[in-house]
Amino acid sequence: MISMTPRKDIPMQLTLLTPVVSVVLTLLVGAVIFALLGYNPWESLYQFFVAPLSRLDQVADLFVKACPLIITATGLVFCYRANIWNIGAEGQIVMGAVCAGGVALFLPGLPSVIMMPAMVLAAMLGGIALAFIPGILKVRFNTNEILVSLMLTYVAALFIDWLVRGPWRDPQSFGFPLTKSYGDAALVHRIDVPGIGPLGQLHWGVVAALLLAVAAHYVLAKTLFGFQVKVMGDAPRAGKFSGFSPALTTLAVLSVSGAAAGVAGMIEVSANMGQLQPEVSFGYGFTAIIVAFLARLNPLGVIAAGLVIALAELGGDSAQMALGMPKVVTGVFKGILLFMLLAGETFNRFHVRVNWPRYGASARPSNGR
Amino acid sequence: MVMEALLLTVIMTSVPLILAATGEVVAERSGVLNLGVEGMMLMGAVAAFATTSLTGNPYFGVVAAATAGTLTAAVFALFALGLATNQVATGLALTIFGAGLSGLVGDPFVGGTVDGLHIVALPGLADIPVLGTLLFRHDLLAYLSIIMLFVVAWFLNKTRAGLILRAIGNNHDSAHALGYAVLRVRCAAVLFGGLMAGLGGAYLPLVLTPHWSEGMTAGRGWIALALVVFASWMPSRILVGALLFGGITIMQLAGQARGWELPSQFLSMLPYLATIAVLVLISRHRNFALTRAPANLGRIFVGVK
Amino acid sequence: MLEAVGITKSFGDFRANDDVSFSIFAGEIHALLGENGAGKSTFVKLIYGLLYPDSGRIYWQGKPLLLAGPQQARHLGIGMVFQHFSLFDSLSVAENIQLALPAGESMAALSDRIRDLSDAYGLAIDPDARVHDLSVGQQQRVEVMRCLLQNPSLLIMDEPTSVLTPQETAQLFDVLRRFAANGMAVLFISHKLDEIRALTSRATVLRRGRNVGTVDTEGKSNRQLAELMIGSAVTSVTRRPKSAASQKPAAPRVVCHVAGLVRPKPTPFSIALDAISFTANAGEILAIAGVAGNGQDELMAALTGEWVSPDSGVIMLDGRDISQHGPATRRQAGAGFVPEERNGHAAVPQMTLSDNALLTNHSLGQTVRKGVVDSAATKAIAARIIANFDVRVPSDDPMASSLSGGNLQKFVVGREIIKTPKLLIVSQPTWGVDVGAAVFIRKAMLDLAAKGSAVIMISQDLEEVFAIAHKIAVLHNGALSAVMPAADVTAEQIGLLMGGSTSPARASA
Repeated sequence: MISMTPRKDIPMQLTLLTPVVSVVLTLLVGAVIFALLGYNPWESLYQFFVAPLSRLDQVADLFVKACPLIITATGLVFCYRANIWNIGAEGQIVMGAVCAGGVALFLPGLPSVIMMPAMVLAAMLGGIALAFIPGILKVRFNTNEILVSLMLTYVAALFIDWLVRGPWRDPQSFGFPLTKSYGDAALVHRIDVPGIGPLGQLHWGVVAALLLAVAAHYVLAKTLFGFQVKVMGDAPRAGKFSGFSPALTTLAVLSVSGAAAGVAGMIEVSANMGQLQPEVSFGYGFTAIIVAFLARLNPLGVIAAGLVIALAELGGDSAQMALGMPKVVTGVFKGILLFMLLAGETFNRFHVRVNWPRYGASARPSNGR
Repeated sequence: MVMEALLLTVIMTSVPLILAATGEVVAERSGVLNLGVEGMMLMGAVAAFATTSLTGNPYFGVVAAATAGTLTAAVFALFALGLATNQVATGLALTIFGAGLSGLVGDPFVGGTVDGLHIVALPGLADIPVLGTLLFRHDLLAYLSIIMLFVVAWFLNKTRAGLILRAIGNNHDSAHALGYAVLRVRCAAVLFGGLMAGLGGAYLPLVLTPHWSEGMTAGRGWIALALVVFASWMPSRILVGALLFGGITIMQLAGQARGWELPSQFLSMLPYLATIAVLVLISRHRNFALTRAPANLGRIFVGVK
Repeated sequence: MLEAVGITKSFGDFRANDDVSFSIFAGEIHALLGENGAGKSTFVKLIYGLLYPDSGRIYWQGKPLLLAGPQQARHLGIGMVFQHFSLFDSLSVAENIQLALPAGESMAALSDRIRDLSDAYGLAIDPDARVHDLSVGQQQRVEVMRCLLQNPSLLIMDEPTSVLTPQETAQLFDVLRRFAANGMAVLFISHKLDEIRALTSRATVLRRGRNVGTVDTEGKSNRQLAELMIGSAVTSVTRRPKSAASQKPAAPRVVCHVAGLVRPKPTPFSIALDAISFTANAGEILAIAGVAGNGQDELMAALTGEWVSPDSGVIMLDGRDISQHGPATRRQAGAGFVPEERNGHAAVPQMTLSDNALLTNHSLGQTVRKGVVDSAATKAIAARIIANFDVRVPSDDPMASSLSGGNLQKFVVGREIIKTPKLLIVSQPTWGVDVGAAVFIRKAMLDLAAKGSAVIMISQDLEEVFAIAHKIAVLHNGALSAVMPAADVTAEQIGLLMGGSTSPARASA
């Protein structure tokens, strides 16, 4: 029915065109679904994708929303390029926030110049610790990392829930599950744009995210470690032949990914909340997976992809307020987008022809008739 | 008796797991890894609740759930089988999509409640003390889960069609060379998996907790996936695994009732930690896995004509 | 029995079969001859219903053939034994066979039939055995049995002897002759000229998708058949006769010494290595012959360092103990490796040639500085390899997958030889490679040896072994025979060693 033959090489236009086409198709399918459920499709799309961008400070907020996605997805790119399916970024974000929070709450006297780096370090270690578990299990027992990393997201969520409701709860929070607020040194501050002042919620974490993505691109494209990651993902036998260790590669990419996710968690809390609460990540870890794919596993692409997905997230908020749609509708878009992207990959790698079954005596035109 | 009530809860909690895992094991034995079980279960749950709310008849809800699950699986089949996309990513997309769409569809129904499936006591058997209440006073779906388990076990091991399916999971190139329609069989297996996952999802609003809320499966789809591995892809072991997992989930409730010291969150972690432990145990015996795991699991097949 | 007229089949813009016409009669053993890539496999898949021709007709027993698939082909009496078996290793023999037969027969009845046929033809097959427990030769017999049970009138065998010892090959030929005597037609695909001359009565030669002629095989020499296959006068590679001046010294310089290399089975399906010992000397090509599946992969991995021995002192390179080092360190010690599989092992298909050059050069200093890759350096290395080793490329730095098999192999071999390593270890250097490239590669290896390097060549191709090796050893079931000078042994002796008999003295009797 559908027949495919591999392409010899991939034309550049196709590589750039497919993500664009995927996004367009997603919008169309989304519009159809909205219409079927009784919402006005064009109004919905407008609220989703146009309304959130009408003011400059809203554009700034787009970057703020994209910040955790960009950082986490950049880390995930390393994992996925090495064919390690880390699905547990959500949990690693939480652990990063927790560990950084530990530093902020229990060492509040640290001089400000040390506080931030200490929190960053703690966040990285927290994320790495959680990511290491599926890594070690894979290396030693060949356990599937998908399920292990996923199970740990539930564990991490329950862990922070316990901490915030239990030992770390602020006694003065009137029973609400909140920790004490972070001191000023532990916060990520808004950026003061010269001449304009603070722009929406724009904070320094955004700058960090962009720098990180650029640095990651350099590492992947130009360093031996980047080469190692790519080879182990594309052809693990060739990687072993080259002298790379599968075990070390696995642990290394999971560490990178865990650290990145941890930092994302830390920034989210320090920039937007200022204290720990039971939910510090709102599906960012899973959304980052889609961002990584939309970016075609390229760190520079992650910046653009992160912004697109952030737009969908903001759109969900605005659609909820304007049209009464449940927040979860962004999941519909994200899912469809991922489907379209994956299909796009196929079109990139193969010539696809659909053979409609012919009705009649013989469906096959064999023997030259 | 508290014990009896506890055991009954264990059994009932395991029903959705058995249903979903039985469907997924068929898909995986044919070589397809469908991570979208959670999404398919949610679609089944929302379809069941919505249909039952609107029609007042829970059996319509069951049919709707089966249909919804199958259709959701069809989306997966279109991409992963028809277009040969990466099965892991496609399955994840399905979960995210299913979670989102179910939330969207179910939004108008939040806060409502339905009369779920009735209990059908098996005449005679239901009167046996203890065992009768535990085993023979259940609803349609619970009985179905056990029946389907046996049907699938028989199908895989004793029928020619099951043999073909197993062969395809073992070596799709050889099966293709022999002329078997690899993609068609896999598609059927995936659709069956969706049907069963839909039924598994339906059990939640129709029997366990008669309401609808976003994401009410709470990770059961993922546990079902782990169950399939735990059962080393053999239907006969799914029952044991499901009861085990159901039992662990209950332990947290029992623990709280007995005033155990451990905070509730840690007890809630147990099912997830247990899954990890099981996965490690299974993968430790590498020889075992080599001869049991469908060799082509997750690998993409492109048939050239 | 079967006649094909004007068959054409293309994949994209590659024409695998170009207006091929062909016929075969009952009771005939007919060879389909051609190099790798000539279109033989495609053609028989068309007959078997796995592929559909773009144009042309096939007539079966006088009637036009319209196949919906292999099941129908089997039903009509066309059976096929593939080169790469189409067996299901986690299923039993009986289950495997049942899958190839139409539905309806009980397992018990089938098992009985299997036992009967097995006895009748001396095939020794147990219906209840799991296929992954069987040896390669036994598995092939299961494949043959699978065909037999359908009473084929035409049996197609695709390169069946590539996995058999010479003795097993002779047994197979007996069985095939018995089939032919019973009226079956046998289509035998091969590129091994000796076998074709021994077994078949007629041969059809395919070259680049075209039928270039059908000849009687009696009375033709190998050279004549090879000329038909390649289309030009065959140049064979000969070892340069040693002049007095370049005679090896009485005590040859040992470059690589392996002593007592032991390796347990990595998986239940592989072969354990049993105290392997040999010496490779400077200026010599040591060939390790053997049928596929006797430990070659395991040995290669042990030599490259992809598997590292727990013991020390087992592999010495120029006096340095490299037993416990990985591939990168072994390369620093002066070794170069070319594994059997160029797609995915020796090279990464989706990467450019310059990246592939980096694969075996990153530990050697020029290409990587402080962790950063010098892409100008890798491009330069790749360009040198392309220039010196006649690698035909579609662009300056193409993806490895866009090269033909022969050209990629030249690149992969050249990548190592260009470093003039002290020790070059190659596995199946010319497998799946066109004749021109094969000749080039063999000459390059000889030149390297002449410069004083030691070359170890693991090869299943006896023609190749006898063409260029100075010394020969045989690998059977994980154990290595003694190393013998090539001039002192015959193909028959090697064949016996490949089959497992241990005494060379007995072999020459």
